[in-house]
Amino acid sequence: MIALDLSWLTQGAALWYLNRATGLVVLVLFTLVVVGGILATSRRTPPWWPRFGTVSLHRTLSLLALALLVVHIVTAVFDKFVDLTWMDTVVPFASSYRPFWLGLGTLAFDLFLAVLVTSLLRFRIGPTAWRSVHLLAYAAWPIAVVHGLGTGTDASTLPVLALTFGCVGLVAVAAAWRVTTVPIPLAARVALFAVVALLPLWLSGWVRLGPLDPSWAQQAQHAIWNASILSTGAPHG
Amino acid sequence: MADRPVHQAFATDARDRPPADSPRLLAGIRPDRPLGLAEHVAVHGALPAVRSRRSSLSANSRRSQHPVVAELAASGLTGRGGAGFPFARKLAAVAEASPRPAVVVNVAESEPAAMKDAVLATRSPHLILDGAEVVARVLGAREVIVWTHRGAEQVSSALQRAIGERPDAGLRWQIVAGPDRYVAGEASAVVRHLSGGPAKPTTSPPRVDQRGVDGKPTLLSNAETYAQVALIVRHGAAWFRQVGTADEPGTILVTLAGSVRSAGVVEVPFGTRLGDLLTAHGGTSEPVDAVLVGGYAGRWLPWSTAADLRLSREAFRAAGAELGVGLMAFLPARRCGLAETARLTRWLAGESAGQCGPCLNGLPSMANALDHLVRAGDVRTPPLIRRWAGQVRGRGACHHPDGVAGLVTSALEVFSGAVDAHVMDDSCAGCREPAVFAVPQHGVLTEASWR
Amino acid sequence: MTTQTRGSTLSVDWLRCDGHGVCAELAPEIITLDDWGYPIVHHEVNAATERVARKAVELCPALALRLSPPR
Repeated sequence: MIALDLSWLTQGAALWYLNRATGLVVLVLFTLVVVGGILATSRRTPPWWPRFGTVSLHRTLSLLALALLVVHIVTAVFDKFVDLTWMDTVVPFASSYRPFWLGLGTLAFDLFLAVLVTSLLRFRIGPTAWRSVHLLAYAAWPIAVVHGLGTGTDASTLPVLALTFGCVGLVAVAAAWRVTTVPIPLAARVALFAVVALLPLWLSGWVRLGPLDPSWAQQAQHAIWNASILSTGAPHG
Repeated sequence: MADRPVHQAFATDARDRPPADSPRLLAGIRPDRPLGLAEHVAVHGALPAVRSRRSSLSANSRRSQHPVVAELAASGLTGRGGAGFPFARKLAAVAEASPRPAVVVNVAESEPAAMKDAVLATRSPHLILDGAEVVARVLGAREVIVWTHRGAEQVSSALQRAIGERPDAGLRWQIVAGPDRYVAGEASAVVRHLSGGPAKPTTSPPRVDQRGVDGKPTLLSNAETYAQVALIVRHGAAWFRQVGTADEPGTILVTLAGSVRSAGVVEVPFGTRLGDLLTAHGGTSEPVDAVLVGGYAGRWLPWSTAADLRLSREAFRAAGAELGVGLMAFLPARRCGLAETARLTRWLAGESAGQCGPCLNGLPSMANALDHLVRAGDVRTPPLIRRWAGQVRGRGACHHPDGVAGLVTSALEVFSGAVDAHVMDDSCAGCREPAVFAVPQHGVLTEASWR
Repeated sequence: MTTQTRGSTLSVDWLRCDGHGVCAELAPEIITLDDWGYPIVHHEVNAATERVARKAVELCPALALRLSPPR
């Protein structure tokens, strides 16, 4: 019997890098999914805009995002640097590693699952139920962004920041545009517009005080250091 | 109420039955007040006992074979609310559906110019209530809902008083006043409101007789239909068929409006020639070229040809019109038919429930085009109006857009002379004449107006 | 509005339709848009158009289309 030694996989940094990479790709994909969803149901797009293509792309991208999200989650569980259980993939805020920031990711995943399942069953549950759950996507996305900034050890690097804020900008513009057409009373619309406009501002402020603070990554790094020391007995970079 | 056993209900002695040419629904009514219960019995006779479904131990299939149902089927009675559906068939369908159906009497009369249901309710309310009581007993229903609309206080109070006069028949009567909107009286809209929603039409399936008020099978019919039921139960199907035509027996209430000597509600047998009908009631008060039939969302017909039309659903359909709720609104020749139609169309557009795109958009589009035709004589508007009428027909949850489409297309046909005159020359004396047909002024309407 | 055929009937639920226009783009052979962006179902749904009709039902953002089996 040949024993396949895969310890290099779980103890090396491979899974960790894969997790971080898929995290970023999933952020971009979900950004496109949200913007695509807004465009798909807008009646103000010009006549040459491909409508069914947008709807079709929205669904395809969300499935692709799901696939990569699963990889992102699985790599996190298997990786030895952070101690995550399978429970932590669906139950938020119960993990040992950064419970709050990671928990946000779990929460976003839960919301996304709700959107996905109801979409698959939409003909059974009817348009009202389907649409109300689908609106949770507007909550899931920012929660995922904050999760990324809060847990990401390289959130302080310029490329990642630029990417994140690029995505935030895109969704903010699309959502603001959508708010101008949503059929609710003017007061509610103005309030919603304010939320959409202020969220990126708040995010940038928080990022400067939080994740960009030099001690933020160190705290995370510390946890990783401890984890790696415990598992291999030697420090890992 | 009953002093004759049921098996004698339809076998009244021919001598006791009202003569064929006398008023039926409007028999014995007083000009100033409703008939009290005693007066009502004196005019029509007592209401025969009808075997209640609850007392029957038989299975489902027997309920629709109730002798009353059979008699109503033999009578050929069709609904008087506009659709003309065979009443016995509707009754049988609800009877088969479940143990506790709902019974709704529609006396709301959303058609502003029609008055027939109001006349029945304020002059002979017991006839309506008798019919509802009979139907409720056949179906085993414990409650009857009388649907009227806000602002029709006279109707509500007359019915309320009449209900108070009646002896206890094991029935609970409930008068509900819904929104005073044009499409709020549509069957699915009534049911929707009674079930807690807005009084806006919905799409079927399921149909009202299967799933109606609170999900129960519901028998919803027009007040006049119930009144006819009350007469048939007393005098029998054969008597009912003595007037009218073989396919459309009995009498119908017609509202004469506009330039007629005696505007109001008249009762005539089906098959009556319209010209004779008008002559019998004084004729026109001034020269008339066109008549609007069916309702505001009905059709214009040139009076020269309409005078020879027979009062029958089939004949009207052949002439490209609908009998509807029996409104005949006569337009004086001095008044511009296009301007009148533009006014009506604007009002009807505002009465859209706003649920369906083609209606919500198409009706105001047509109204705008008509206004433009009337005011500016724009030659591009008639084909546009026809195009849009074709685009809204049949594309909605109810038949409101169909009605408006019929109104505007018939106007372009019947008033083609006026169309040419407007296109060639802006000034039209007929446009300066005052408006003839009144439309309700609601003020600012919000979503709350549908609740 | 419904259009009947050898089998399926493609009908629009007017209470749900919001005029997104995805259906007309996807199935121009059977659906065109009226002057306000709402679908007019023109032709029968036959073997050739069945697939695209199903896709239209699937993709409608308002779930307003229904393909009913033969009566």
